[in-house]
Amino acid sequence: MTSYILRRLLLSIPVLFGILFATFTLARLIPGDPCRAMLGEKATKVVCDEFNHRHGLDKPIPVQFGVYISEIAQGDFGNSFRYSKAITELLMERLPITVELSFAALLISIFIGIPLGVIAAVRHNSWVDVVTMLWANIGVSMPVFWLGLMLAYVFALTLKDTPFQLPPSGRLSPGLITIPFFETWGLELTKDSFVYNISYFFSRMNILNAMLTGNWVVLKDAVTHLILPAFALSTIPMALIARMTRSSMLEVLGQDYIRTARAKGLDHRAVILKHAFRNALLPIATVIGLSLGGLLGGAILTETVFNLSGVGRILYDGITARDYGIVQGFTVVIAIFFVSLNLIVDISYAYLDPRIRLD
Amino acid sequence: MTFITATPAKLDSEALTSKSTSLWQITWHRLFRRKSSVIGMSILAMLVTTALTAQWIAPYSPTLSMLDASPPQNLQKRSSPCIHLLGCAQDQPQHIMGTDGNIRDEFSRMLYGARLSLMIGLSTVSFAIFIGTVLGALAGYFGGWIDNLIMRVMDVLLAFPSLLLAIAIVTVLGPGLINALLAIGIVSIPAYARVMRASVLSVREMDFVSATRSLGGNTYEILFKCILPNALTPLIVQGTLGIASAILDAAALSFLGLGAQPPTPEWGSMLGAERNQVFTAPHLVFYPGLAIMLTVLSFNLIGDGLRDALDPRLVHVSS
Repeated sequence: MTSYILRRLLLSIPVLFGILFATFTLARLIPGDPCRAMLGEKATKVVCDEFNHRHGLDKPIPVQFGVYISEIAQGDFGNSFRYSKAITELLMERLPITVELSFAALLISIFIGIPLGVIAAVRHNSWVDVVTMLWANIGVSMPVFWLGLMLAYVFALTLKDTPFQLPPSGRLSPGLITIPFFETWGLELTKDSFVYNISYFFSRMNILNAMLTGNWVVLKDAVTHLILPAFALSTIPMALIARMTRSSMLEVLGQDYIRTARAKGLDHRAVILKHAFRNALLPIATVIGLSLGGLLGGAILTETVFNLSGVGRILYDGITARDYGIVQGFTVVIAIFFVSLNLIVDISYAYLDPRIRLD
Repeated sequence: MTFITATPAKLDSEALTSKSTSLWQITWHRLFRRKSSVIGMSILAMLVTTALTAQWIAPYSPTLSMLDASPPQNLQKRSSPCIHLLGCAQDQPQHIMGTDGNIRDEFSRMLYGARLSLMIGLSTVSFAIFIGTVLGALAGYFGGWIDNLIMRVMDVLLAFPSLLLAIAIVTVLGPGLINALLAIGIVSIPAYARVMRASVLSVREMDFVSATRSLGGNTYEILFKCILPNALTPLIVQGTLGIASAILDAAALSFLGLGAQPPTPEWGSMLGAERNQVFTAPHLVFYPGLAIMLTVLSFNLIGDGLRDALDPRLVHVSS
């Protein structure tokens, strides 16, 4: 197992290097002069030379690449000229919002998708099966941004003044504020220390923070704000998970040992849950792992639709404002995050299925 | 069964075509027996008809403001749908899906949008299949450092969430429909390269390939006459499903303002332009989104149907 993990870690080094190279190249390929893009069209040559020297842009390209890599290794992902802040600082502010949204969406898709898939497989060819699969096919074809807008229309306008009314945008109702849990608890943390940064990161997740501080009003409000975006974002992974659960369960249910279990008089529920479902889990885990990338892409669209100030939203703003620092920095961070996730997924397979380690 | 067992001695085109016709007949037959693929094909047939006949069935030009129509129509911006058969006053001009923010006929724009959507799906996937197949074939056939180099580059492309990479590429190239198509094309290359490489690896050492080689066949002949036909099945399935995701991604890029630019009647950009009006003019958001969903759905249903129909393991079950 250790040698497998080591091998996978070593294999991901060239990929990481490739990601850095790709984003570095993309940033250099952007048409126009970075100095004039940042300081405006009227910047004089003297000012620009000064600027290029300050940012190391007058050095040869290979040297610049080396500097870029060493900066990233030190956790410096560059700056945003639009917000005049370091990318890492923006990331600490925005990433928790995206993580909260994606996590909620993933939970919804797992807790609805898997039971649906299991029921569809157990009642193969019944109306439940047909409806689930029809719905799953529609789900994978859904433009997330359209679904989000339609949900907002239905739940914020059509169902207005009913108990089902839900807010169409934002994270909290106006007037509500959250106090970070470490301040409520009276912890004295030095700003910019590691513990402070971690605590700040988690306190930015409204639901978690409200639970930690016991602020039930904020908790309820944060949850109602999260329902629509999380549901919109969960459609595609939910449909994929339901489809994979169904086909994986169907395959397992056809095997001899299931018949044996039934023949020896085991309860139907025990056969399905203990014998069949456990062995059907691996392909389901694969699909869950694969849909994480889609979740990140979908988060960009969902956050734009629901006006949430997460990573996706800041990327969108960065693109429209031509803030290449943001686009480059966040792309690298998300790609590295994605590669690490895949690594974790791969290692967990090897743990679940010993055959994989031998490859 | 199928291609793979084509006898080495008779590798002339006649033997191949007679075998392949029967495979296609079986596939066709099976495809029509599945309800879901029939639904998919019906939707697609409707879309293709719409795309081909848009200029005759559209009541107005997709870019014509109703203020400039003859006779000029004095309509509000984003007026609701008006259908005479459903009780809309006869003296009102008929607009089945209402008008948009520039007082253009939404229905005409939707019809022309079908043309654009199909064009987007087909062109990006053709581009990706072409490049991906060549790269995958080279990697699989030559192996060694060529294989390593190509597949590591593909790994890097796969390391980015696809929409994010497409966004990054469009940011560099500049927004626009062609650039968005190029970006989505590039992002989808790895899938085809992997499929092609796997197929090449699985048949490279087979007897009929060695036979062709010993009969003096050159690399080109071996790759494109022996190996490519064997890779066709997975490529077709992957391609059909790829069209679906390409259309979805292109719509997303246009929605974000990075793809088709106004006044192009592209569904994603029509939806994006009116998204802030969802509470006042929901029809302008509803129809384009529904059209995108149905188009993507049709390709997904056909792709799934093809995958089952072309699966050689199911030959005895249903033929």
